[in-house]
Amino acid sequence: MILAIASGKGGTGKTTISLAIAYFLNKRKKSLSIFDCDVEEPNVNLFLNSDIKVTETVYIPVPTVNEEKCNGCGKCEDICKFNAVVLVKGKPLIFPDICHSCGGCKLVCPTGAMNEEVKEIGKLEEGYFENIRYIGGTLKIGEAISPPLINSVKKHIIENEINIIDAPPGTTCPVVESIKGCDYLVLVTEPTPFGLHDLKLSVGMARELELNFGVVINKSDIGDSKVAEYCNAEKIDILAEIPNSLELARGYASGNFMNVFLDNFSDKVERIISKTGIGV
Amino acid sequence: MKIAISAQGNGPDSEMDPRFGRAKCFLLFDSDTKEYKEISNSQNLQSSSGAGIQAAKAVIDNGAEILISGNVGPKAFSTLDSAGVKIFLSEAGSVRSVIDCYLKGELKSANGANVEGHW
Repeated sequence: MILAIASGKGGTGKTTISLAIAYFLNKRKKSLSIFDCDVEEPNVNLFLNSDIKVTETVYIPVPTVNEEKCNGCGKCEDICKFNAVVLVKGKPLIFPDICHSCGGCKLVCPTGAMNEEVKEIGKLEEGYFENIRYIGGTLKIGEAISPPLINSVKKHIIENEINIIDAPPGTTCPVVESIKGCDYLVLVTEPTPFGLHDLKLSVGMARELELNFGVVINKSDIGDSKVAEYCNAEKIDILAEIPNSLELARGYASGNFMNVFLDNFSDKVERIISKTGIGV
Repeated sequence: MKIAISAQGNGPDSEMDPRFGRAKCFLLFDSDTKEYKEISNSQNLQSSSGAGIQAAKAVIDNGAEILISGNVGPKAFSTLDSAGVKIFLSEAGSVRSVIDCYLKGELKSANGANVEGHW
């Protein structure tokens, strides 16, 4: 079972919900894995504090050109949809930063002038805390393309076990890479105009990907009732509504909110678990 | 000598466009014939990535030796530089007046990108 936690708007509580579920299951002696797919700013292990046991470096292939073999035909430029290869005065100029590593330019080159070299894009780490296995990725500073690293994080998913994915915010490629293939998607939002606007984008993404999904409304007693009205009108399950809590904010700021969450909102986590089917 | 300039319209009286990759269009001024020719940049206005690279390629392929714009990012700079196109920066003004400034030697040349990508 793979449960992914995502949100359109950032800062709505993805990591909070992910870790609350992980801690709840941990206390019930269930073993599980949690994946931090927000590789641009990972934060799961800031709270989990697991001992990092393994690190591995992740590389992607990028093209290089052998100018002596190049006949200047421009097929490499034509096939690249990201403008990473451009023919300048008959010779290919390559921009590895925006290359998506599809290998197309090498494939179409008639003279074998295109080769590939590897480029580091980030690191993977793995750690353990009680019954929780943590896998996370950290994108190398300056890199713009994170999906291959997210894909490497997800290769550690163990089918038929409990897997929780903490996705990055938004609805862009890194989010799609993080949530695709999940069995259930939890969209965390807050009852504000910004929260509603971005929830609608997330719902569009979830429907396009044909995922089962439901909504958690965090800080549910602030803002207005429009998120709940939208969910009802669209027949979207509201899995839980979690009230604004100063105690929880204090716990978050001190780096250990998980026990505070379970002391106060254990029933909410139980409801999310029963609705999503994770760990049951 | 051919001078390309990013422009907000298709004539010499239109304003210079301070953007390079996503400029409305480019005007190519031939200092021998004193004529202007428009180079379209419409496909780059919607491009998700590499707009500066493709704009640079259009400028190069049209035979420009000089480019004048408001801001040039790192990938556009590398592309123009690889073809030996010299880059000069201006802040504002009509296409005609900016080119006049260039011809009088009043514009400063850029030795590198003056803005980050996606500026």
